[in-house]
Amino acid sequence: MSRWLLPVWNSFSNGICRIERVSQKEKKVQYFKGKSVYKGVTMGPVVVYKKQGEQVKRKAIENPEAEILRLRQALEMSKLQLDALYEKAVTEVGEASAAIFEVHKMMLEDEDYLEAAINMIRTECVNAEYAVTMTGNNFSQMFSSMADEYMKARAADVIDVSSRLARNLCGQREQGTFMERPSVIVADDLSPSETVQLDKKKILAFVTVHGSTNSHTAILARMMNIPALVSTDVQMEQLQDGMIAIVDGFEGTMILNPDASTCAKAQKRIREEEEKVALLQELKGKDSVTSDGHKVMLYANIGNVGDIGYVLENDAEGIGLFRSEFLYLGREDAPSEEEQFEAYKQAARMMAGKKVIIRTLDIGADKQADYLGLQQEENPALGYRAIRICLKQPDIFKTQLRALLRAAFYGNISIMYPMIISTSEVQRIQAMIEDVRQELEEQGIQYKVPEQGIMIETPAAVMISDKLAPMVDFFSIGTNDLTQYTLAIDRQNAKLDDFYDPHHESILRMIRMVVENGHRHGKWVGICGELGADAGLTEEFVRMGVDELSVAPSMILKLRKIIRETRFKA
Amino acid sequence: MKSFRYTITDKTGIHARPAGLLVKEARKYKSRIRIKSGEKSVEATGLMAVMSLGIACGQTIEILVEGEDEQMAVAGMEQFFKRNL
Repeated sequence: MSRWLLPVWNSFSNGICRIERVSQKEKKVQYFKGKSVYKGVTMGPVVVYKKQGEQVKRKAIENPEAEILRLRQALEMSKLQLDALYEKAVTEVGEASAAIFEVHKMMLEDEDYLEAAINMIRTECVNAEYAVTMTGNNFSQMFSSMADEYMKARAADVIDVSSRLARNLCGQREQGTFMERPSVIVADDLSPSETVQLDKKKILAFVTVHGSTNSHTAILARMMNIPALVSTDVQMEQLQDGMIAIVDGFEGTMILNPDASTCAKAQKRIREEEEKVALLQELKGKDSVTSDGHKVMLYANIGNVGDIGYVLENDAEGIGLFRSEFLYLGREDAPSEEEQFEAYKQAARMMAGKKVIIRTLDIGADKQADYLGLQQEENPALGYRAIRICLKQPDIFKTQLRALLRAAFYGNISIMYPMIISTSEVQRIQAMIEDVRQELEEQGIQYKVPEQGIMIETPAAVMISDKLAPMVDFFSIGTNDLTQYTLAIDRQNAKLDDFYDPHHESILRMIRMVVENGHRHGKWVGICGELGADAGLTEEFVRMGVDELSVAPSMILKLRKIIRETRFKA
Repeated sequence: MKSFRYTITDKTGIHARPAGLLVKEARKYKSRIRIKSGEKSVEATGLMAVMSLGIACGQTIEILVEGEDEQMAVAGMEQFFKRNL
């Protein structure tokens, strides 16, 4: 396989783009807007990426069978190249993103595609180059006419493989753009293979006129941590190689020919960003402890098993909120015990002993799950939802509890119950847990009754938290609902934005009250709502004695930095 | 001929990669395997044909199997869908 890497690499020296001197008169400042794919700032010379110029021409041929043989040979060659590209992509951007080249290869193995091209050669007596180009265009049009944005973006993949085939048919080498120094690549569009073939060390940013945020180029840019803009309103003819550009992925802008002060500002931001990234990387593997040695648990919120990758990447110390809804939504019947058991067990395994707090079913009339028989409600936020459904439809709840108790045998799982307002609800849950436990015991199935806690997300639960605390193992404050119920503000209603204050004193007082009541009974207290990730409040929460913060994976290291700079005792 | 219905639970639906796996699985059998979604039905052995159905999460499709090894093919395909989609 490795011998195929050579031609690909060598092709850089055959590039068609050279860095040229820029004439002075062109140097006026210009601003362009695009859709940002990766947040980062960079500055450097532009390299205009030009596509291979030669158009495939239609030629009449005399021997279709010979032409078909040529096509089959080119096909084999293309597959080998794609294998090599796949290998290169795996080492540079990882297996998941490299999979696109596997898909490319499968497209080349598609019988409908091949048959269409061969038919065209036979019936129209045309050259194979022309046949594959036309076939590629037809298939690509089919994708671009689809409603789904992701599928639309696949049109570019079909074109990419078809032009690879056409190139191999006429014996052209693959070419990359040659870059003397690290540059901002500006292109009409970049195919996945073009993107991967560029020398990663010399790419400062990607800017494309076309392309969607779903394109594989966008995905690759994200994986490579390179600032990138797509759908940018730049006119290619205004650009020349060597012009200086600032690409700002936070703002989604490209500034061409910036003046001295803009340059200085950009340089300062680039330095700051670099420092931030370095600092955050440095914090990986460190404890979340205050400067005076007080430990805070920093956990992540996730919505399905697939998110666990981000959790580990950002070095979360556990999962503080695993929403189990993903198992229930978008399907025709409730998930089976076995299916849930496997999902929970897998999560626990992947977290390898770190805590995984799974929240039981938390849906209401606003979510689609027909099999629950939920009726339309005037006010779903105050309606039949979450623990209320579970207590009214014990079959569904018991299935989940059985799966959780069984999975707890295999890892560090905790259970958390949402929307609690009374001690009797907790008693009913405890009775059901006991039923389930006995059942499992009698059936001789392995299980463990894990740590169990409740969400504090109603003002009612806050006010009786002193009574709830002795009944449970922990509290986790759900600030989103708690804020909505306390302030009587619907967050979906934009008209109320003026009245909405997420830092309202009532909320902060409530959190303090819950922490105090929890601690009085020796129970730990966490926050898993949006407020937990509010960097402006981290210091205050830590000083209040909040034991755990559960936030989006991307916020983990930022909060760790703040915690480490905070003093617990004033 | 045998057939079964399946509702996609993978939240991204049948995207490029799973479609590729599906095609690979379908090619293992001698039977003719078709996927029916609404009015459209395509051969399960064609990647782009399968992708062209644009099958999303929550959508129910029908898998039609016909041929000498249909017993095995139905079992294999059913297992494939449950595992991957």
